[in-house]
Amino acid sequence: MSTHEYYVDGDPIADTKAPDGPINERWERRRFTGRLVNPSNRRKLRVIVVGTGLAGASAAATLGELGYRVSNYCFQDSPRRAHSIAAQGGINAAKNYRNDGDSVYRLFYDTVKGGDFRSRESNVHRLAEVSTEIIDQCVAQGVPFAREYGGLLDNRSFGGAQVSRTFYARGQTGQQLLLGAYQALERQVAAGTVELHTRHEMLELVVVEGRARGIVVRDLVTGEVTTEIGDAVVLATGGYGNVFFLSTNAKGCNVTASWRAHRQGAYFANPCYTQIHPTCIPQSGEHQSKLTLMSESLRNDGRVWVPKAHGDDRAPADIPEDERDYYLERRYPAFGNLVPRDIASRAAKAVCDEGRGVGPGGLGVYLDFADAIGRLGEDAVKAKYGNLFDMYERITGENPYERPMRIYPAVHYTMGGLWVDYDLQSNIPGLFVTGEANFSDHGANRLGASALMQGLSDGYFVLPNTISDYLADGPFEAVPEGHEAVDAARKAVDDRIAFFLGNDGDRTVDSFHRELGKIMWEYCGMERTDEGLRKAIGLIRDLKDEFYKRVKVTGKAAELNQELEKAGRVADFFELGELMCIDALHRTESCGGHFRAESQTQDGEALRDDEHFSYVAAWEFAESEPVLHKESLEFEYVKPTQRSYK
Amino acid sequence: MKLRLRIWRQAGAEDKGKMVPYVIDGISEDASFLEMLDVLNEQLIAEGEDPVAFDHDCREGICGACSLMIDGQAHGPQGATTTCQLHMRQYSDGDTIDIEPWRAGAFPVVKDLVVDRSSFDRIIQAGGYISAPTGTAPDAHAVPVPKPDADAAFSAAACIGCGACVAACPNGSGMLFMAAKVAHLGLMPQGQPERHTRVLGMVAAHDEAGFGGCTNTGECSAACPKEIGLDVIGRLNADFRKAATRAA
Repeated sequence: MSTHEYYVDGDPIADTKAPDGPINERWERRRFTGRLVNPSNRRKLRVIVVGTGLAGASAAATLGELGYRVSNYCFQDSPRRAHSIAAQGGINAAKNYRNDGDSVYRLFYDTVKGGDFRSRESNVHRLAEVSTEIIDQCVAQGVPFAREYGGLLDNRSFGGAQVSRTFYARGQTGQQLLLGAYQALERQVAAGTVELHTRHEMLELVVVEGRARGIVVRDLVTGEVTTEIGDAVVLATGGYGNVFFLSTNAKGCNVTASWRAHRQGAYFANPCYTQIHPTCIPQSGEHQSKLTLMSESLRNDGRVWVPKAHGDDRAPADIPEDERDYYLERRYPAFGNLVPRDIASRAAKAVCDEGRGVGPGGLGVYLDFADAIGRLGEDAVKAKYGNLFDMYERITGENPYERPMRIYPAVHYTMGGLWVDYDLQSNIPGLFVTGEANFSDHGANRLGASALMQGLSDGYFVLPNTISDYLADGPFEAVPEGHEAVDAARKAVDDRIAFFLGNDGDRTVDSFHRELGKIMWEYCGMERTDEGLRKAIGLIRDLKDEFYKRVKVTGKAAELNQELEKAGRVADFFELGELMCIDALHRTESCGGHFRAESQTQDGEALRDDEHFSYVAAWEFAESEPVLHKESLEFEYVKPTQRSYK
Repeated sequence: MKLRLRIWRQAGAEDKGKMVPYVIDGISEDASFLEMLDVLNEQLIAEGEDPVAFDHDCREGICGACSLMIDGQAHGPQGATTTCQLHMRQYSDGDTIDIEPWRAGAFPVVKDLVVDRSSFDRIIQAGGYISAPTGTAPDAHAVPVPKPDADAAFSAAACIGCGACVAACPNGSGMLFMAAKVAHLGLMPQGQPERHTRVLGMVAAHDEAGFGGCTNTGECSAACPKEIGLDVIGRLNADFRKAATRAA
């Protein structure tokens, strides 16, 4: 073990479940080699699923249909409110309905390349294969996708793709897909196979003799804390973008379930891979509580520009054509406004850093629909984007049909997450992780319309097939009341609640969260440097100390207490934030959403270092310094090249 | 701007509850309504008081969690807008604003402005789905759907389940919520096999949950942030009559 300044090296790890052989046969092979559970034995097995977004609801519903006994938990008041609901743009599938050269292999290729060669080929190919089944499944459930006049499904091209493979339901695709999964879930609740617990938050993972056997949950209405035991635990608890305080995530999104599992031994992979979305509504003031995404489908018809001159504060309509810089079209003539998210985001930051940004604080660029309205007519633009335009006007008070939108990048998605093998099982046997909560398929950068695809792929098709190989050894021994592992998990939860309520502090939870977010955005956001990250680690440690000294949580344990809920989540964000900075510091290359200023080409593009960093960084928790386990990445089919969108 | 707020405070389901006045200053017109409440809560915590509990999550008008009766209007004065999307530029310095939870028999108050809407989930459990177990689906293009039907189904499916319709209804009826789902699924060819059992099951669950009857007042549709039209209620009634006649 060699020692570094902030971490120590551990043994390498490998994905032992990944099959070999031709890539298009691997998923079929794994389904065949994985053991099955006899239908009559399934009802003896209890699977705990945490989360009811696309990955959680689809998994819970499907496991219920298969005959397992499922217990499903969410912190929201209804499963339908999980944040998948907010995804706007669409879902990719390699149907090739447009006859434009798409195929499973092309979707696989695009996703590996889009991920900047930091994902696993086997996983990504499986995702591309399964994508077509997802569309079939959702249509059968009655998801009202957009259709052509002939009654067949419409498609559009989306975020960096040159084929039209994105299926959509106006600007509310996530909502419609989630409602499909939610309805399938409620059907299983009615059938008695799924027990649903809303307004319940997982606060600890229970590991008994090396296996994940349960969770400690708090009933958010009564405050009662209970331990739930099962044969396997599935975390479908989403991403951790809210570590930045301001993000496009819902206010409740948090890392607690994943982080408590990490503290129990589950490796956290690539935490620094964060996606900054280029098209969000800029911040309007200090009161800002979240940022709102404008779907990137808008980039299909909108043109991004800033004034050529620094500090040009004329109204956009008064700036003549030849004094505008359509910088994406200028710098990337082949892809123009459709370059991948990370490139579009950094380009926006670059023009704003030059002092050419627009709107309050100069932190914005125009997204202009004048050409599209001229070419297609206002009605056609309204039919495509009406709800997005309305949303923009409600938030900003400006009419985007008349005046270009102002947009700025914001944290949107986290590619990192708990480490899982090909079966979606973490390094703790019996702990499975699906959707955004795992790290597996997007590498260092996720392509547009791929999050919905991955969530549903994991939940409907992958996990229900792979989990049986583990459950074939069950049911596992009963965990007796008073088992020391259960008591310890329970005590950790009780102690933490007692600490927060008893602390004699004077600062609100939100004030700390906001300050942590600023540190993360400044030093671990769009651009990262050695110096900045070191500084951030120090600042986070100091702020964390102050948090434990000064945080003030009102109210009692045995009631609905939203301040107490937030306090636990922010406490975990501090530890995660530090690990993100350490991960970003150790990875001295740039790749995808991780841009190290020290590693760029002469043109300012991200410069990978395949010789030293072609691996997954899987971090093991330790009270002192985290331990780095490397999983080497092999590319047999898509040979790493420098991405070029010129 | 400076505002006077009168907010419903109720410690728990069993408590009586009352309106409590607050004064708040320095609110930006660019802040959202919920951000204004965030500022109030920061102020209350600093003063050692219990902050106001309210449901919210996505804050972009799609999750359906936020649920405030503002000056007697569900989601406040702006049409087609959820509370989280309502911005303070709708108000003026010196305004007094009353803030209450949804009021309906089927939505008991949990605390302050938070209500229990699980009765909506129970209506869905009673038939608000198409039975299509994972893996059984034919190719997505096997069944074309006429575009007008698909568009109408989408418009009905845009319901966010917030409950404004119930809160606005003088009878506390869940008709618009239920009818939107019946219309969405009934407009799709995939939804035909269960069309009759669905409507009977959902109406029974609706009545059992304590929602009131529908008298076509139309307040529901006027309050709906997603502008679900009253026509879906006509569809539900037609389906219900057919189904009930068949069942009889």
